[in-house]
Amino acid sequence: MKAIKIGVLTIAAFILINNQYSVASVQPGVPNIKASIARGKELYLLQCLACHQIDGGGVPHLNAPLDGSANVKGKDKAMLIKIVLNGLKGAEIEGESYSNVMASHKDLTDQQIADILTYVRNAWSNKASQVTVAEVKAVRAKLK
Amino acid sequence: MKKLVSLSLIAIAILAMNFTSLLAADSTRTSKLTIVKPDADNAGLKLPVGFGALKVADNLGKTRHLVVNAQGDIYTKIMGKVGSEKGIIKLHDVNGDGKAEEITSFGNYGGTGIAIKNGYLYASSDVEVFRYKLNEKEDVIDSKQPERIITGLKKGNQHETKSIALDNDGNIYVNIGAYSNSCQIEDRTKGSLGKMPCPILDSAGGIWQFKANMLNQSYPQGIRYATGLRNVVGLDWNSQLNQLFVMQHGRDQLHDLFPDLYDDKASAEKPAETMYAIKKGTNAGWPYIYYDPSMNKKIVAPEYGGDGKKESTDPAFSDPAIAFPAHMAPNGLLFYTGNQFPDKYKNGAFIAFHGSWNRAPLPQEGYFVVFVPFENGKPTGKWEVFANGFSGVEVVTGTRGAAHRPCGLAQGPDGSLYVSDDSKGTIYRIIYQKETK
Repeated sequence: MKAIKIGVLTIAAFILINNQYSVASVQPGVPNIKASIARGKELYLLQCLACHQIDGGGVPHLNAPLDGSANVKGKDKAMLIKIVLNGLKGAEIEGESYSNVMASHKDLTDQQIADILTYVRNAWSNKASQVTVAEVKAVRAKLK
Repeated sequence: MKKLVSLSLIAIAILAMNFTSLLAADSTRTSKLTIVKPDADNAGLKLPVGFGALKVADNLGKTRHLVVNAQGDIYTKIMGKVGSEKGIIKLHDVNGDGKAEEITSFGNYGGTGIAIKNGYLYASSDVEVFRYKLNEKEDVIDSKQPERIITGLKKGNQHETKSIALDNDGNIYVNIGAYSNSCQIEDRTKGSLGKMPCPILDSAGGIWQFKANMLNQSYPQGIRYATGLRNVVGLDWNSQLNQLFVMQHGRDQLHDLFPDLYDDKASAEKPAETMYAIKKGTNAGWPYIYYDPSMNKKIVAPEYGGDGKKESTDPAFSDPAIAFPAHMAPNGLLFYTGNQFPDKYKNGAFIAFHGSWNRAPLPQEGYFVVFVPFENGKPTGKWEVFANGFSGVEVVTGTRGAAHRPCGLAQGPDGSLYVSDDSKGTIYRIIYQKETK
């Protein structure tokens, strides 16, 4: 019950932050990667933690690791966005197979997906460029 | 010089002892002493007083189930993609120190199941079961030409491994895991309801019985011996009770999928991991129900109209023989019939818990071997952690943090207990060092 309350609060806080951010992002200049990472972390704990684990290490043979993954850190951001939107099944990544099914997360907003991906690309030992709302929007439009 | 001579005499004596033990290698051996020495650090394991452990071998790959032949040689099955002739590893201790000096391999398929029965070594891939004829020393005669006894088993994207056990009447039992978490219309998707009836159960989500000696059997020749079992990795035939026992992996993600009904804590602690005493026709109830370890009740699954509390009254579904904390992933089950360990262990069950991942954000659990005493053919319920320390850390937060994950269990001819680790490929041997009487 407590967790649900926390979840509600988190979502409420997220909406607040998100609204502020939307206003801020209209202004010229680079999108604030730090704020995106912070929002992405909150979302990661709610949406991704169970399978990908707190350390991004995944679960051997079941759930793919995100930390240190060449794909996660790579240039093909569209592929990452597509995985979040469509889910993934029967994946073989870097010679290892992962048998759990990843559900589609198309119910998340473009902003939420951008934040989550920006977070996982910059969490743990990862360091990579930001994923923007525009990039998510573009991939989502193509999938429709 | 004198010292050398006496040393070599001792060595000869030890060798002779070992030779004798090889000749007399069977479970009826009366001596409770073993000549093998544990590692100084007991291979990193925490064990009850009087027990010790050694690493027989290390870095073997994804060593899943294992079996020990009458000579004390170990056969262990490797999971996943395997190289040419790398599917089964054989470990041979040349000098009797308990360590495997001679490591050979054969078989071109990955898999989990392996067993020895009536002069054959049985091993499974994720779709087939093979057997290899053994000679009088229980060595494989022809590793290149196994007989294929079962083929065409269902294999999905999850729970694909096929564990095996054999009875004393010429039958083999194969787990065919459900290729789903909870038979949702959209697997592992928030709020998705369950398919009714669950179509997976026709060819998976249960234990199938086949003949141990018939070639190329598939579903038409098999019998669905037990159903409603989401996934079983650890199973064993209890020869004393003449009955199959299985360990079910309970469903995952109650909170992720039904956040309004289950919070993080409830999701981490439900459902129980369960042991079933199987009779022909047993239905454990997956995906319609799960077993709640705190309420000790069968609860209707949220995919099938449950609210987290609603008890199932369906008489078709069996109660478990014993329930364990959630998500610990029981991968090995062994009824101990040896004479080396103290009497309390005889005919009780050892269970290797691979260790959880589905308890986050709470700390993970498992990563140990437990012992369940049996009295009058039933578990007493008072299970205890027998071997711990595989993970190498006090608290496992992410699965990756565990150094070793116990998976398979086997009993040696001298009554030693062997444990495989499928993370680093370590084979442990646990021995009892004191005379009990």
